[in-house]
Amino acid sequence: MLRWLAPLLLILPIMASGEEVVLGLSRDTVSITTSFDGSEILIFGAVKREIPIIDPPLEVVITLAGPSEPVVVRRKARRLGIWVNTDAVEVDAAPSFYAVATSAPFDQALRDIEDLRHKVSINRAIRSVGAPSNITDSESFTEAVIRIRSDSGLYQTLENKVSFDQQTLFRTSIAMPADLSEGDYVTRILLTRSGEVVSEYETTIDVRKVGLERWLYNLSRHQPVLYGLMSLAIAIAAGWGASAAFRMLRNS
Amino acid sequence: MQIYLPIAEVSVNAFLLLGLGGLVGILSGMFGVGGGFLMTPLLFFIGIPPAVAVATEANQIVASSFSGVLAHFRRKSVDIKMGMVLQAGGLIGAALGVVVFNYLKKLGQVDLLVMLCYVVFLGVVGALMFIESLNALRRSRKGGAGAKPKRRQRGWIHALPFKMRFRTSGLYISVIPPIIVGIVVGILAAIMGVGGGFIMVPAMIYILGMPTKVVVGTSLFQIIFVTAFTTMLHATTNYTVDIVLAVLLLIGGVIGAQIGTQIGVRLKAEQLRILLAMMVLVVCGKLALDLLLQPSELFTLGAAGGH
Repeated sequence: MLRWLAPLLLILPIMASGEEVVLGLSRDTVSITTSFDGSEILIFGAVKREIPIIDPPLEVVITLAGPSEPVVVRRKARRLGIWVNTDAVEVDAAPSFYAVATSAPFDQALRDIEDLRHKVSINRAIRSVGAPSNITDSESFTEAVIRIRSDSGLYQTLENKVSFDQQTLFRTSIAMPADLSEGDYVTRILLTRSGEVVSEYETTIDVRKVGLERWLYNLSRHQPVLYGLMSLAIAIAAGWGASAAFRMLRNS
Repeated sequence: MQIYLPIAEVSVNAFLLLGLGGLVGILSGMFGVGGGFLMTPLLFFIGIPPAVAVATEANQIVASSFSGVLAHFRRKSVDIKMGMVLQAGGLIGAALGVVVFNYLKKLGQVDLLVMLCYVVFLGVVGALMFIESLNALRRSRKGGAGAKPKRRQRGWIHALPFKMRFRTSGLYISVIPPIIVGIVVGILAAIMGVGGGFIMVPAMIYILGMPTKVVVGTSLFQIIFVTAFTTMLHATTNYTVDIVLAVLLLIGGVIGAQIGTQIGVRLKAEQLRILLAMMVLVVCGKLALDLLLQPSELFTLGAAGGH
């Protein structure tokens, strides 16, 4: 009997909340075209519930994460009077883009233990296993990733930027910068009550190079010889064309 | 108008690139240099990844040198035989350069190497040119002037074996010095993303003793093949040639070069050289400061692994 009950008991807390997310996105694909100049994504939705609104109030936490990749972080130091790269730490996985938006100040919307479990804040979203033994301050390398990417708009912490009406309708917009890398961008919506996650919803936004961008990128990776020859052909044609055109201009 | 570069994976203003291409084109038309040594650092400044800047610039130089060499072919001022010999060295040098480049890229020191090469070569060439043209300007002010005696080096260069006759240049010398010059320029072309004209031209005049009138044409002729080879190597090993970037730069470049040639005709040779020297020194100074001053951000991010 107990064997059957155990899974039921596990499901129970989620069921009990009876609150789940119905989500809408302004777009579920982002196309990187030649004229791509960043993109604004509107994430909106509603809380569907079978029970009356209870206290304490719900909060919404929304994250948008680009594909994670290992990153080498190098630190410069002065050697023989010039600044050169000396130490390097490989951060095992850092998302190429990461935005987290909340409907309340972050520490109110999500408890630290829940943050750790669901890897919500930028610090938690980056995974760094270990640095070489000669580097003692490996955290400063992880911090550098966050600092550099925050400065270029790739990492964003948007506290109080989710508007949440009547405990039911929520929406936020996230600006993605122009230098995006392609891949599946995971969107997560967490509903929290007094810092505890009560419901989670996940979907992906497809960021892809399209058209000419796609074609050139693929060609350069899969047919590098052809791509190189094409680059040269264009260069030579342009050189010859310019020379011929200006000679005609001068003669006329 | 922003444009997204497929290989560099950054979005830049298309008019900025056209303008840069045009500006460097004007300078290259005025001074008869390829302009790669100015363009590559400029590309660094606007945020193009150095590896992409270097590889793409090599491709752009193919276009501008091809445009230039056609004019020289019409004037019959290209020593094809000498060009071929230089090229043999150039191809070896370019291959060596790409190997060194890729090795240092793995170590994370490639930016340093590129920067150091720039600082050293721009500094030396700029300073020599500045002093030389200042002296020339002083001489012409005094009114004394008179053509410098033609410099023909005899000595160790003529004692080397494997002599060959170069009709167009009127030379009978060993093939070893041209091959070595070719190798050095090839290495620089691969590492610095330049044609190497600013090293090749003085080397041809002062080391090989070639007559000035064939030097520029021959240098351009040789540069086409070396930079074409470098482009192919970068395209197949690093995948860093950005064709969109190259096209934007070379459109601006070929137009600018024609305008520059017109301006160049109206200025005196010494004034031109002093301007060029000062420009070279400014670029060199800026790069040197970057190495010497503490950077505001000590950390840099790079892709992991050697792929």
